[in-house]
Amino acid sequence: MADRIFLPIDAAARSVGADAVANAFKDAGYEVVRTGSRGMLWLEPLAEIERDGKRVGFGPLTVAAASELAAQDFPENHATSLGPVEALDWMKAQSRLIFARCGVIDPLDLDMFEAAGGLKGLKAALARSPEEIVETITTSGLRGRGGAGFPAGIKLKTAAAQPGAEKYICANADEGDSGTFADRMLMEGDPGQLIAGMIIAGRAIGAETGYIYLRSEYPDAIRTLAAALKAWEDRGWLGEDILQSGQRFHIHLRRGAGSYVCGEESAMLESLEGKRGQVRAKPPIPAISGLFGKPTIINNVLTLASMPWILEHGGDAYAARGHERSTGTQAFQLAGNIRRGGLLELDFGISLERLVEDFGGGTLSGRPLRAVQLGGPLGAYVRADKLDVPMDYESLAANGAMLGHGGIVVFDESVDMAAQAEFAMEFCAEESCGKCTPCRIGAVRGRETLAKIRKGVDVSANLDLVEDLCTLMADASLCAMGGLTPMPVMSAIRDFPEDFEPRAQAREADVVE
Amino acid sequence: MSHHTDGIAEICAHYKDEPSALIEILHDVQARFGHVGDEAARDIAARLNITRADVQGVRSFYSDFTTAPASPARIKLCRAEACQAVGSEALAAALTARGIETEIVYCLGNCALGPAAMVQGRLIGRADADTLEDARAEALNG
Repeated sequence: MADRIFLPIDAAARSVGADAVANAFKDAGYEVVRTGSRGMLWLEPLAEIERDGKRVGFGPLTVAAASELAAQDFPENHATSLGPVEALDWMKAQSRLIFARCGVIDPLDLDMFEAAGGLKGLKAALARSPEEIVETITTSGLRGRGGAGFPAGIKLKTAAAQPGAEKYICANADEGDSGTFADRMLMEGDPGQLIAGMIIAGRAIGAETGYIYLRSEYPDAIRTLAAALKAWEDRGWLGEDILQSGQRFHIHLRRGAGSYVCGEESAMLESLEGKRGQVRAKPPIPAISGLFGKPTIINNVLTLASMPWILEHGGDAYAARGHERSTGTQAFQLAGNIRRGGLLELDFGISLERLVEDFGGGTLSGRPLRAVQLGGPLGAYVRADKLDVPMDYESLAANGAMLGHGGIVVFDESVDMAAQAEFAMEFCAEESCGKCTPCRIGAVRGRETLAKIRKGVDVSANLDLVEDLCTLMADASLCAMGGLTPMPVMSAIRDFPEDFEPRAQAREADVVE
Repeated sequence: MSHHTDGIAEICAHYKDEPSALIEILHDVQARFGHVGDEAARDIAARLNITRADVQGVRSFYSDFTTAPASPARIKLCRAEACQAVGSEALAAALTARGIETEIVYCLGNCALGPAAMVQGRLIGRADADTLEDARAEALNG
C-alpha cells in the first residue's frame, strides 16, 4: 500500500496552491488525506508523510517540488524538508487544547475524530447534570473569546436560571476582525469541536436548538461545517437522541451577508431573525431575552470549542493555565507584514514581543517594525518599543490596548499612522449599523476631520476636535463599533504624534488652493 | 407565473416561507439569478407575508446583495489592515491602472498570507496584479 500524505484543505493553504500540490501527489499514486492546517501558514502548502510513526513535514511546496518528492520518495535532505512536524519549535512551544486535532485529522472523518479523542468531552458532559456542567465551566474561569472576555460560566448560569423550554445557543462565527482567522481554521480543520461545545452549552442551559452565524466571506468553512453537521446527524451524534443519551439538540447554519457589525451580538440576533443587522439597546441582556425574545447564549466559536476540553479534563485543570484572571489558552494570530504568520495556541501571559519577534520573525519586508495593531480594527496601535507587555485581558487593558479576538497585525516603517487613523473612521462609517448618532455621524465627521489634518489644515484645532469626538463616541455609542473606534484613532495620535504634524509641503499646497 | 417567480417560490418553500430565513433566501436568489431585483423582492415579500420595505431594507443593508447583475468574474480585494500592511492599496491601484475594477471587502480571513483576494469563491493569497488578472480571465472564460 502506498504511503498516505496529509495535506491541508484549509482555505489559507488552498489560497497558495494546496489543491494543485494535492493533485500532483495523487497523480504520483499517493493517497492524499486533506486535513486542517497546523497554523504555520508561511510554510503552506505543507505536506506530511508518516515515517516510523511520526508525521514528517515538507513545505512550502510547489507542484514541481511535490513531483520531485514523490519521485525521490521524500528524501530527508530535500530543500523543503522540515523533519517531524511536532518537533518544530513553533509546535513544541504550544499548548494546543482547542487546536489539538486541527491539522491532524480529516475534518469530516468522524472515525478519525473519535479515535483522536474528539468525543470525550461531549460524553463527559452527557454523563453530568446541567448544574454540574455550569459549575465546571465556572471553575475553569473560561472567558468569552470574541473580545469582551465575559466569564462564560456566569452567562450559562444566567440563561439556565430562566424559565421556559425555548432557549437558544448561538455560535458567533462572524469573525470579521482583520488579522484574525482562528475561528475559520477551527471550523475548517476540526468542526466537531464546535458542534460538541454547542451541545454541551445547550445541555447546560436547557436549550435544544443552536444557530451558527457564519460569515459569507468564508465559503470553505461554510461547506465544511454544513457537511460536518450532516455527518453528525447521520451518525446519531446530533439530533433527537445524541449518543443514546436522550439529549436532544439541533443546529442550524446561517450565513452572514458581508456586514461587519453583525459580529456584535445583538446585531447578530437581528440578522438571525432575518432583519437588518442593527444593534439592540441593552438591557435586556441576551441571556434573559435574546433570539426571538428567548434566553440565548451567544459565544464565540473558540469559547464554545473550549468547553469539550474543560469537561474532559475538569475546570481546575483549565484554570491552572494562563495568567491571573485570564485562564487557559488563547489562539494568537500573527498577521500582516510578518515573516512567519499563522496561528499559535498558548497559555495567556506570553509577551507581545516574543510573539512578534521570536515566533513571527519580524517583518516580511525586512524593514524595521513600526507598529502592531492588537485586537482587530477596533484595537489599539502599539509602538515598536512598547511590545514588552503580557498578553492577557487585564495587562493589555492597563496599557490602553485590548486583546480582542487575538489578532496581531504587524506594520513596518512605511506605515502612515495618520492614514491608519483616518481608515479606522472610514471603516466605522462604512460598517456602522446606523442606529445611534455618535457612531453614524461621528465616524463620518471623524473621517473628514482626519482628512483635514492629513492635509495640514488647522492641525492643532482639528486634533482637539477629533479627541472631543472620540470621547463622545466612546461614551455615548450603543455598542463597541462606535465605542471602540476611538481606540485605534487615539492610540495613533498619542503614540505616533510625528505622523500628525503638518508637513511643509502639504501646508504650501493648501495655501495654493 | 413567470419562470422567475417560480424560482423564487421554490427557494422560499425550501425555507418553509419562514421570515427569519430572509437572508438565506436572499443568498440563494442572488446565487441563482446573479442579483436580487425589485421583482424578486416583491415575490419574496408576498411569499413570506412581510412588506416589500422589509425585504428591500434587508437587501440594502447587506453588501452581498446587488440590485443589478454582478459580474461573476469580479475580484473581491481585501482592503482591511492586515492586507494594507502588505500593500493592498498599491495592488488596487495597479489593477485600476490595468482597467480592472475591484470590489472592496474587509477581511477574507487570510491575514497571514496577504494581500488576499477572492474570485468566484476561490481565495487567493499573496496576490499580485498578474495572478488576479489571470484568475479573472479564467473566471470569464470558464
